[in-house]
Amino acid sequence: MGEFKVHRVRFFDYMPSAIRTMAFNSQTERLAVARADGAVEIFNFNDNFFQEKVIPGQDGRATEALCWVGHRLFSAGLNGEITEYDLENLRPQYTVDAYGGPIWTISSNSQGTQLAVGCEDGTVKIFAILEERIQFQRNLNRHKGRIISLCWHPSSAQIAAGMTDMIKIFDAETGHATRRLLVDRAMGASKNKEVVVWSVGYLSDHTIISGDSAGKVQIWNGLTGTLVRTYLVTKWDVLVLSVSKDESSVIAGTSEGTVIQFQFISSTVDQHDKEWVRTRTFRNHSHDVSALAHTDTAVVSGGMDTQLVVRPLLDKVEKNTQESALRKIAFPHRSLVGCAKKAGLLLFQFPDRLELWKLGESEGHVCLMYPYFVCRFLQGEDHICCSALSACGGWLAYSTVSSVRLYRIQYNNTISINKVGTLARACSRQPVHLLCASDDGKWLATANTDCEIHIYNLHKMKLHCMVPVYNSCPTTIAIHPVTNNLISVHADQQIFEFSLVQKEYTQWSRRLQAQGLLSLWLERDTPITHITFNPKNPDHIILHDTYMFCIIDQSLPFPELNAVLWNQMTLKSLPVSQRIGQSHAFKICKSFQHLMCVSLLEDLSLVVVERPLLDIMSQLPAPVRQKKFAT
Amino acid sequence: MVEHGDIRVVHCGGSKINFRDPVITHDSRFLLCASGEAVKVFSTSTEECIHELRGHTGLVTGVLLRPSNHLQVYSSSLDGTLRLWDFTDGILIKTCVIGYPIYSFYASDKHENVIFIVASMPKRFQLVAVHLPQSGDQMVEAQELSAVLSGVNPNPAAIAFGRGGEFIASVNDLQLEVYFFKKQKSYRFFLKEDNKKGGWNTFTCVACHPKDDCIATGHEDGKIRLWRNFNHKKEYTYSTLHWHHSTVSSLCFTPEGTNLLSGGVESVLVQWRYNQESERDFLPRLGGAITHITVSPDGSLFCTSHSDNKITIIQSCVKVSAVIQGLVKGDSIRTDLMMDPRSKALVLNGKPGHLQFYSLQRDKLLYNLDIVQQEYIHESGLQQFEVVKAAFDASGSWLATVEERHQKAAELELNLKLWAFDEQTQSFVLNTTISAPHDAQITAMCFCQPTDSQTTLLVSTSKDGHFKAWQLAAPAHTEGPSWLCDFVSAYHGLVPECCSFSADGSLLAVVFQEVVTVWSPSTWELLTTLSQPPGAVSDLCFGRLSCSKYLLGTTASNLLCWNLLTCSLEWTTSMDVRRLVADPLSENMAAFCYQSGSTDLFVFKPSEPRPLFSHKAVCSGKVTQAVFAPREEMLESCEESSQWLNRSQLYFLTQQMDLMTFTTKAEEDRLLASSKQLVIDDSVAMTPFYLLLGKHRQQQQEHQDSDSSLWAERTALPQTSASMKELLQTPAHVLPSTSYLCSMFVQSLLISVSDARSAHAEEEMESEKEEEDSEEEMESSRSKPELAAAAATESDTPALTKAQARELRRVRKLDHSWLAGLLDS
Repeated sequence: MGEFKVHRVRFFDYMPSAIRTMAFNSQTERLAVARADGAVEIFNFNDNFFQEKVIPGQDGRATEALCWVGHRLFSAGLNGEITEYDLENLRPQYTVDAYGGPIWTISSNSQGTQLAVGCEDGTVKIFAILEERIQFQRNLNRHKGRIISLCWHPSSAQIAAGMTDMIKIFDAETGHATRRLLVDRAMGASKNKEVVVWSVGYLSDHTIISGDSAGKVQIWNGLTGTLVRTYLVTKWDVLVLSVSKDESSVIAGTSEGTVIQFQFISSTVDQHDKEWVRTRTFRNHSHDVSALAHTDTAVVSGGMDTQLVVRPLLDKVEKNTQESALRKIAFPHRSLVGCAKKAGLLLFQFPDRLELWKLGESEGHVCLMYPYFVCRFLQGEDHICCSALSACGGWLAYSTVSSVRLYRIQYNNTISINKVGTLARACSRQPVHLLCASDDGKWLATANTDCEIHIYNLHKMKLHCMVPVYNSCPTTIAIHPVTNNLISVHADQQIFEFSLVQKEYTQWSRRLQAQGLLSLWLERDTPITHITFNPKNPDHIILHDTYMFCIIDQSLPFPELNAVLWNQMTLKSLPVSQRIGQSHAFKICKSFQHLMCVSLLEDLSLVVVERPLLDIMSQLPAPVRQKKFAT
Repeated sequence: MVEHGDIRVVHCGGSKINFRDPVITHDSRFLLCASGEAVKVFSTSTEECIHELRGHTGLVTGVLLRPSNHLQVYSSSLDGTLRLWDFTDGILIKTCVIGYPIYSFYASDKHENVIFIVASMPKRFQLVAVHLPQSGDQMVEAQELSAVLSGVNPNPAAIAFGRGGEFIASVNDLQLEVYFFKKQKSYRFFLKEDNKKGGWNTFTCVACHPKDDCIATGHEDGKIRLWRNFNHKKEYTYSTLHWHHSTVSSLCFTPEGTNLLSGGVESVLVQWRYNQESERDFLPRLGGAITHITVSPDGSLFCTSHSDNKITIIQSCVKVSAVIQGLVKGDSIRTDLMMDPRSKALVLNGKPGHLQFYSLQRDKLLYNLDIVQQEYIHESGLQQFEVVKAAFDASGSWLATVEERHQKAAELELNLKLWAFDEQTQSFVLNTTISAPHDAQITAMCFCQPTDSQTTLLVSTSKDGHFKAWQLAAPAHTEGPSWLCDFVSAYHGLVPECCSFSADGSLLAVVFQEVVTVWSPSTWELLTTLSQPPGAVSDLCFGRLSCSKYLLGTTASNLLCWNLLTCSLEWTTSMDVRRLVADPLSENMAAFCYQSGSTDLFVFKPSEPRPLFSHKAVCSGKVTQAVFAPREEMLESCEESSQWLNRSQLYFLTQQMDLMTFTTKAEEDRLLASSKQLVIDDSVAMTPFYLLLGKHRQQQQEHQDSDSSLWAERTALPQTSASMKELLQTPAHVLPSTSYLCSMFVQSLLISVSDARSAHAEEEMESEKEEEDSEEEMESSRSKPELAAAAATESDTPALTKAQARELRRVRKLDHSWLAGLLDS
């Protein structure tokens, strides 16, 4: 397939921020994840865990809790405000101040009519959810100490509130506290340190489950207010609990990075008296697990180590399928790197700034020029949504939730930046998340989260056509510079080629669909985030995900479905005749890992931007101390 | 060469008691364990072996209390039989012939008269249910066999009955199989072969909770998994407990199910609280890797078997209350077999870093002597100090030991230690430690054994080409005497392989590969070198007593005998002698020859051309360790072939680390007779203490009996009836039906008047006679001063008691002639 000079870029010090909390909507199968920088990400669990939407954060907006009410998403934070998000325009719709100090928790009742928030001043405030907004309804009786966690009883008649040293049960009608459950403090030296109930669960049989800072998971009888069982699961904190929908399983996340499952099972086979038993332990995090969601088939956890882990429950899914594989989502499902192919410039997008770098040059093993930092664009309070760099490197555009900016960059010895103009955002029903223009400037393709891809003719300034809707969301689209075919790759790893001129799928695409893709290709768990083309060989399409990049040669046949893929070393050892027989369309390279961008420059040198996970790990704060065996 | 029919090779104790998990009886008084071809019954309080249940002809592979009668016990064996015993009396009740070698077996309350055995059917092991035939015969044959599970693990820990016998759980490799008897359905659960973190998921053992449906499994990577909900194909679940760092070898739930016990190589007994698994208790430093854990039926006693052939009995998981120690058998015995001249105990490697003193007569470990004096770390693959050589001097007052540690990267560490016997503590005390006595491994070591010399001499030979003589030096300053190197010598740079002193200590022979050199220990002069056919001499031995002029050596192919007077080879025979042992009490020598896979024994005198005794194929494999143990009392055997066994007995270790010996038929008969005598009806174990105290008590009891019979002769009548006694003392299960017994019982109570009277009269007469007899005896024993004393008391007390009156009568009868004689002189 040819050899390339490779720019191996490792100076993009992108740092994802910690996952603070998450909420799972089982109706729409969407997971909302709030990060420490205030960003909210929506993952579609029906579509291969694709990161559909990202609402960028804002300085000073720390989201502490998330709550779905139907299709509406509410969040509350330590700034004391409740925010509802506009999921179509990907921005906060409105904010309401609760006037109770920092808000620790937010929870809606099962009917979706009321929101309860727990405030620093010890009040539980009930808000009524109206059509377009929320309205303050009442305060429950105020108590000393902050409300850390809340949970509605499924009947909406009671609310359990976790506080310091106790759990209170409120009657939602009268607002009075009906029961007070005292939580034991930790044993030993920390005896006089108050214990914080970080999380409570309220089951329909009036069982209350609590997780606290003493490392206990406790099971209470809510009717009598008595303690049923105590499980000491960690020396540190139990930060979060999540109850499965059928209330037969509870998971608890701890500061040690473990997730512990409790199951409601009968102790003997025939009888029906069930009890809560600690069963499995999942150890997928190195740091605090601060967010948990219990879906029907999986345990979703996230925390300080910034990774979202989907751990399927093997008793709920079919074994040895793609569904039963563990998934770690460490990087955003979109490209954060822009590349000016002609100028050899790289644009790195951070939440609060953009950085422009010039690539180095070398001759053989002699380095002629080291890559150097060109300039930085600092964005104010609002974080950056997306950015782009033109091929010549002369133009740079980026947008925030409120504005789009375009810059002209002039490379004389001095750099001058001119702001050309600000364009108003055009509204559409679902947000466009991908945009791509052809090289000749005639075509523009847009893709939105409804899986629609629209083609516009920029010369005529009108809609040219719409690509047939596929049921999986496109993760990246690109228009071929020579043939003007649209290549789209979807969340389920399918590849399509659509001829813009003929308004139909190309022969190649049809052949690919007829034959099917290799299972090796389909089982990858990160989406393709970027496509480039080889300017010298129009048959070559270069795609990449986090763990590999692939060059698809459209002139070669597809590999057999069950074919064994040889690596280059074995191929080289084969005689030439056999080697040709083995050649196929997919050339996969895994020598670069944790790819943020792969791009081919004009001079046919390959730019590979890596962000090793180890580098991210090393920048995280130190985890809680754990005794390791033989240390 | 004739095979001698009356001399037999027998196992002499020291068999494994940790082979299978032991059983504690319901009253927690006895512990039963499989030991070789017998089942041993130990007392849990005194650690003594009370009796052995003998009868199997193959290795016993399991012991199990009969679920329906807790006074009976089943045992299984590789000979294909199940036997039912009464363990209190040691009686074989029933034998059930299965026909397949039984590897392990299980029983449960719920399945009456059904025993589940693991037998090796063609190709794989199967769990088979055996319906025991209901017949009164002693010997029955089981016909009804039905396979339950196939492809099971023959290890008994791999199968366990669940709650009340509802299901059976079996683990094998990476699979857990649960079979429900009611539904006749089995569920299989698989683990992944190996997860990325280097864990080995292979199952090693299984235990079931007695009340809940919970199965605990142990794994090779030290994890314990608690399985629940296993009556679902998919919705099963398990939790993992992890404390052990290597294989979990045994798991056991307490009878109430409140605790789970686990053990492994770490030799720590871990007690997990059921459902509170974060709380656990440890009982560390149990001495050897734990192989089995059992709990008494009432839960008061735990008992752990260890890899060093030991059973520890633990009270309520805190206190070790008793240790039953068998002969410690490591993977290899590196020291020779030796006899401690003082205690007549067999001495060999015991626990790591220890020498064990094992009494052959009583089949009991006397004590372990800590040689290395360093904490042994229970981890596989660690190179630690090992005792490789040991030697006693003739009187048993000095012991020399060599320990070495050979790490791959580092150089050899070598210590020579000399131990003096301390009369006060009756044990060996370290006298001198010589670190690095040689530059390389010590190949042989021996004490000079002079009969009358006051100086003791130790010679050690090493691979560094030197041999050194060590002598006890005069006390320096305030400290006691210590050992110093006296002489170092080499011979043409050859490596000395072995050394030997002559019986009188006047000659030292050292073998330098092919050359035998003879030295005079007094002057350290090389007296002569002996030549021989080519081949390195590997073993060397001086003749004893009348044959002391001979020196015997072995090479790989020959047995050689030199005459020291002529300094020439006397005779040689071609045989592959692996071990040459001299009897210290006679001229006899024993040579173990390895020939085509098995070992032959020849006993001969160096002076005689014909062997005294030969035995073909005493065992398979090589014999490298053997020793003559002097007998406590000489055997009076006149048969020529067994005369060599009169003064001492020959013991040897086989390759499988079995200790064997030779017995004659007469000896066996005598042993059998004595063992029958030793049946103790009381449960109290036979200890020396008991024998002392028990005698005293018996006397007392007899005394009381006679007293009471005097006081109330009438009441004593029915109890003395033999049939009554028999009725009351026979175990209930071997008695005929009560209806039959009743009439007998009543008859025994009915005494005809005439009978009683005559009996009474007879008895009186007898007692009268006895009195007279005793008086006559006393006559001879009494002496004069006592008489005087008696007379004095007489004068003091005018009122005579009955006894005194009798005494008087006796005195009157005395013959006073001797007094007259005295007066005359």
